[in-house]
Amino acid sequence: MTQEELLPQIYKKDDKAFTLLYDMYAKSLFGVIFNLIKDKEEAEDVLQDTFVKIWKNIDSYNESKGRFFTWILNIARNTAIDKLRSKNFNNNQKNLSADNFVHILDDPSKTNNKIDTIGIQEFVKKLKPKCIQLIDLLFFKGYTQQEVSDELEIPLGTVKTQNRNCINELRNLLKV
Amino acid sequence: MNSREYIESGILELYVFGKLSEEERLEVQQMAADNPAIRTEIAAIEQAVINLSHSVSPNISAETYDKIRAELLGNDPKIIQMKTKTNWSQYIGWAASVVILLGAAFMYLQMNNQMNGIINKEIEKNKSDFDKMQKTIVTLENKNKATESMMEILRDKNNTIVMLEGQAAMPGATAKVYWNKATQEVYIDAQDLPEAPQGMVYQVWALKMNPLTPTSIGLLEKATASTTKMYKVDNTAEAEAFGITLEPEGGSATPTMEQLYTLGKV
Repeated sequence: MTQEELLPQIYKKDDKAFTLLYDMYAKSLFGVIFNLIKDKEEAEDVLQDTFVKIWKNIDSYNESKGRFFTWILNIARNTAIDKLRSKNFNNNQKNLSADNFVHILDDPSKTNNKIDTIGIQEFVKKLKPKCIQLIDLLFFKGYTQQEVSDELEIPLGTVKTQNRNCINELRNLLKV
Repeated sequence: MNSREYIESGILELYVFGKLSEEERLEVQQMAADNPAIRTEIAAIEQAVINLSHSVSPNISAETYDKIRAELLGNDPKIIQMKTKTNWSQYIGWAASVVILLGAAFMYLQMNNQMNGIINKEIEKNKSDFDKMQKTIVTLENKNKATESMMEILRDKNNTIVMLEGQAAMPGATAKVYWNKATQEVYIDAQDLPEAPQGMVYQVWALKMNPLTPTSIGLLEKATASTTKMYKVDNTAEAEAFGITLEPEGGSATPTMEQLYTLGKV
């Protein structure tokens, strides 16, 4: 279902809207949230807060604000980062950049063992380490280009194109 | 900058990631509005990262799903109302469809069964009617054949007809003998003989008079009788008289003269 087909349904805020929204995006958002929070229970709380915010503010969203996914992705990341900044998470925050989304895959208790994603997980592990770092910081953790440049010690002007190459690599692996 | 260069710049990825300034974002949206290739590229990038984040997501517990669902659909009274209203009509619709569907299926099955029943009965009835007619035809054919052959016997010019008159044992009984001297065939018309009692049988004798010599030429057993009560008995070369006696089942070597029912001279 494309965004254009989805949105009129979502705006109704009924049962079907919730089901569509949840089925299409909950796992992706949870992937992002968990990569920041690292604790499953806490991450599920954040996911819940994220959905509440999406639901409450859905009337204020329109396509002039960008992609719907981008809009809910920002809500998810911001909610997770707010959680990390709260007292309880001060210790964990230090380790934020030492860990990335691929490490989740190495812990079988945490990952989704469904057959359809195991294939993708294998592809994901084939990404170049540089790409894993880039995508992790830019997409999952929501770093700015400047922050990525500093963190990975690459020229600011090349962050965009390097990221482009990495996403191309991912698309080739996923055939998207 | 053409659309190819624009795509290759990597700005669309950052657009999907939500990492552009307000100004850059509006620029991308303007470009996308004018250029389908850019829109397609954006959708593909989005799909890639959705798949990626989906694949690295741990399972979400059922409790969390329930909590989220309850919080989104259950807490807002306005939404409850809407939900109830929507669900109500939705369920009525579904229920109605289900009822109609079940009804239709039931009616279809009923009709099918009924029709099948009726058709089967018709077929069975027709079949038994047909069988009956077949039997009737066979019976009639047999009767016809028997009648025809009887007519042949009766009309044969070579036939000697011998009337057997009732005797002391059964004065009312009569019988006729058709004796074809050319073929030596003998037929007995037992139409006017009473039904032989249980355990008894009529026995036909060819008689020579001087001295009286009876020769058995057959039994009028029910098995050999046609419906016309015309019996074919053994061929006879010479006879001066024919007699019929009532004998115990299986017949006797010599006639029981007390039970002589009919007798006639040639």
